[in-house]
Amino acid sequence: MSEKNSASSGQAPRRGLTRRAFNAGAAVSAALVSSGAAMRLARAQDAALKVGVLLPRSGMQGAVGQACQRGVDLAPELLRQLGYSVKLDLVSVDFESNVDQARAQAEKLIAGGANLLIGAFDSGATSAIAQVAEQKGVPLVINIAAAPQITQQGYKYVFRNFPTAPTLVRDGLSLMKDFFVATGHTPKTAVYMHVNDTFGQAMNGAIGKMLPGLNMPFKVVENISYDPAARDLSVEVAKAKASGAELVMLTSRLNDAILLVREMVKQRYSPMGIISPGSPGMYEDQFYATLGKYSDYCTTNVPWYNPHEPMAAHVLSAFHKRWPKDRPAGYIFNIGFTFEAILIAADAYARAKSTNGKALADALRTTHIDKHMMVGGPIVFDAQGQNENVHSVVLENLQQQPRVVLPVAAAEAKPVFPMVPWNQRS
Amino acid sequence: MTGPRLGLWCDGVPRRALVLCGILLAVLLAAPLALNSYLLSVLILVLYFAYTGQAWNVMMGFAGQLSLGHSLYIGLGAYTAAALFMHFGINPWVGSLAAMVVAAAFGAAVGYLAFRFGIGGVYFALLTIAFAEFTRIGFDHFPWVGGAGGLFLKVVGKGRFDLLHLRGSAVMFYYLLLALTVAAFLLCHRLMRSKIGYYWLAIREDQDAAQALGIHTFRYKMYAVLLSSAMTALGGVFYAFYYNNLFPEQIFSMERSVEIVLGPIIGGLGTLFGPLLGAFVLTVLAEGLRDLLSALGLALPGATQVFYGVCLLAVIVFLPDGIWPGLRRLLGLDRAAGPGPKREG
Amino acid sequence: MTWSLVLNVAVGGILTGLVYGLMALGLSVIFGVVKVVNFAHGEMMSIAMYLAVLAFATLHLDPLLMIVPVAAVFFAFGYLLQIGLINPFINRPEHSQFMLLIAVALIIVNGLLMIFGPDARDAMVGYAYDSLQFGPLLVDKVRLYGAAAALLGSAALFAFFRFAPTGKAIRACADNYLGAQVVGLNVKQLYALTFGLGTACVGAAGCIMVLLVDVTPTVGTAYTLLAFVIVIVGGLGSMAGALIGGVLIGLSEALAGLVMDPSAKSMVSFALLVVVLLFRPQGLAGRRA
Repeated sequence: MSEKNSASSGQAPRRGLTRRAFNAGAAVSAALVSSGAAMRLARAQDAALKVGVLLPRSGMQGAVGQACQRGVDLAPELLRQLGYSVKLDLVSVDFESNVDQARAQAEKLIAGGANLLIGAFDSGATSAIAQVAEQKGVPLVINIAAAPQITQQGYKYVFRNFPTAPTLVRDGLSLMKDFFVATGHTPKTAVYMHVNDTFGQAMNGAIGKMLPGLNMPFKVVENISYDPAARDLSVEVAKAKASGAELVMLTSRLNDAILLVREMVKQRYSPMGIISPGSPGMYEDQFYATLGKYSDYCTTNVPWYNPHEPMAAHVLSAFHKRWPKDRPAGYIFNIGFTFEAILIAADAYARAKSTNGKALADALRTTHIDKHMMVGGPIVFDAQGQNENVHSVVLENLQQQPRVVLPVAAAEAKPVFPMVPWNQRS
Repeated sequence: MTGPRLGLWCDGVPRRALVLCGILLAVLLAAPLALNSYLLSVLILVLYFAYTGQAWNVMMGFAGQLSLGHSLYIGLGAYTAAALFMHFGINPWVGSLAAMVVAAAFGAAVGYLAFRFGIGGVYFALLTIAFAEFTRIGFDHFPWVGGAGGLFLKVVGKGRFDLLHLRGSAVMFYYLLLALTVAAFLLCHRLMRSKIGYYWLAIREDQDAAQALGIHTFRYKMYAVLLSSAMTALGGVFYAFYYNNLFPEQIFSMERSVEIVLGPIIGGLGTLFGPLLGAFVLTVLAEGLRDLLSALGLALPGATQVFYGVCLLAVIVFLPDGIWPGLRRLLGLDRAAGPGPKREG
Repeated sequence: MTWSLVLNVAVGGILTGLVYGLMALGLSVIFGVVKVVNFAHGEMMSIAMYLAVLAFATLHLDPLLMIVPVAAVFFAFGYLLQIGLINPFINRPEHSQFMLLIAVALIIVNGLLMIFGPDARDAMVGYAYDSLQFGPLLVDKVRLYGAAAALLGSAALFAFFRFAPTGKAIRACADNYLGAQVVGLNVKQLYALTFGLGTACVGAAGCIMVLLVDVTPTVGTAYTLLAFVIVIVGGLGSMAGALIGGVLIGLSEALAGLVMDPSAKSMVSFALLVVVLLFRPQGLAGRRA
């Protein structure tokens, strides 16, 4: 259940590298990676850094895990293009959307010589992996996982290039206000529906704490939590509908997001909008494929790639080359953060020049990557290993794909709110 | 286990069996010296299933009460000790006493309700599942222990060895679990040869006849449930402090219960070595298959489990009494010693 | 909470419950006659769900049209499974049967995972998003049609057991195993037929279920458990009980979602199971004392 990807840049940069090749490599790197570390990056290293990537590629979160895996698949080629000459040996492992498996596989990867771990999309699994990483002194770079406690345990080996739930919620809610201002419509009541798992509870906790202080224009009239394994959400939607709320605020996964929208159509519950303050689901490929026209106007306030970054263009063209038939939009979020995690690992390895866990962690702590793919400031980690520079945008589904509608500087389309009612869509 | 007390434990046990037990124990004691950390973690898993299987075996193998909800006691044990440690800093050894009490109380509730109302067989099994599922969902909504979000114990870096607070390396946990497994083994060995063991056997084989003979079946079935749930809870405490994170979805899940049950049944129900052997075979089979398939490039998700299922099927169909009875014959340990030869460890 | 909300939710719960009922009927028939607890019941249903999804994806066949062919295939499957694998286990202890079917379930779940991958699949028929309005009541079409089909299927099974000679023979066999042998019934054959009928039921239920929920390889386990709760509540071995139990569980889960956290609503079914086991272990419609 593991697959290997060897990532090394150029023609196997060994010690006997010629000056010319070295210069050429350095030039490319300098052009693409202006992080100042470029010269050091280009220095050849003999040993490959063994990177274990843990993703839920099967089970309940299988679809999203597989989307993340695409980021791993593209990484060797992209790193080469970006001029990273360090060798990464990427070993991907599926933990079957099962926390126990996640922990067991992490232990197995480390026993098998992994120098660094990346993962794991799911907050619960990531928490478990973080404990293993910390115990064994092997750094973990988190691609996606929002539960705040992961970086609040005083861990020395855990680094997260993803916002915590409070950050997501703060960004998500204030962007919501901007969204209402920009469209000139403001709902007065909202119902909050959330999945009852590690991530959902973290988001719910953050919303409960922040909502009073943020002076939101609407009142949350009902809070509905549902089972992550729920197969039928008709009662939940009936309850939401009966609350008469004008806005549905949602923290979801993929399958439940689809179920919810489908059920809302059936029950003819057309609120002004469905907005998530930063959860997966409504921008995933399968959401569009399954719901078609009903996927439109669903909005997620979430970190996203910056279309103006050259690196994003690189990733998109690599995507088209590799999967010419697929639309990148439904994968790019997961690819972006997973690739950035690999980028961070490569960057740290280039500076640490060692596969030693402590050296790598020290290098990770001093990470400073200016040019990267996702919206936000440079990638840097604070004392807790958290990157606070990742910020959200308003992403609205228009013509069945995610479009950035706010902030205006990054916008690709104009925001639409309230959404077109279900029965008026053609 | 040594010295003058030996006689007490070894009555009627063939010499050859004693020697083999000694060798096995020596191998297990020396194992961490020879194994890398991955193999050690596999061996810990083996011992964990051997221990919990032994605990389950008390209820099913000895007293004939089929529980398919033993994850309930694992979960309660784990959560009790972990929550006491996390919230009040209560020492895990003290916590494990509390864990046993809590689990036994739940066991008593299940047992009392079932035995008082004459629920047996399939119905009893389903009652145990229902209790486990009910508790799982309850813990999902129990904020004091983190709810569905999970409960996390603080981990320490490598190199620490704190037996008093159960914080330390895998090797420490390995020996701890080995001690636990040996203790459970010896306890079960004693029980099988005591009055209570024979009463259980009578109840298992024919409850009505046992009742007619004047055995207080309710009381002895309750003993089995209480002992089994308390023993299982200790396995849960180990789980909590070894893995450091608990999720209701995982620990109370029905798959957990099934995992516990598989070992003893595959190994040999009602035997002493059955749980041990079953745990070893199943864990090694599962891990081995996983590795083998990925080495062969057949790493299709699910492939391992399908092979696992096929192997399981083969054992059930062709070795209805489990592996141990056959192996015992092979090892030449089949000499009936003392009464109850069928149940000889 | 308005009464129209309660009405809507209750009707939805009852309709879903009827489909549950058909599924549980299969389990009940098998246990009532063969006395084997089919621990792979929900997993078998997920195979039917995949068959229906496949037929819909390739041939655009409505899953409801697939009921008869899938039930036929499942009948054969169940028949052969009983003859080949389960029959030798009839007189083995319960835990042996349990293990056998757990292994079967394990193979089914992961076989499906190998073939279809982990993603959820659905059969979005043309009327998937439609609903009918009756005053304040809004009934979604798939649920209504599904429940109707489930009722029809159950009725057919009832009729078979009541009127067909083979059905009567099977009942005789269930009531008195020894007697059935004495009067010369081919018990082995009848057991296989019964198992086939039980799996045919669950096959039909799977075709309907695919309209209501998406199918993943792991969806079955939860339904196995649900089917058990239903037949125990209704009465193991009682056919009417399975339907009553299905409706009761469907209804109580739906209403529980209204009064408590919906994520905790399954607690109600399990609580119901415990209460029934304690006070009426033969089930609501069971006749065994």
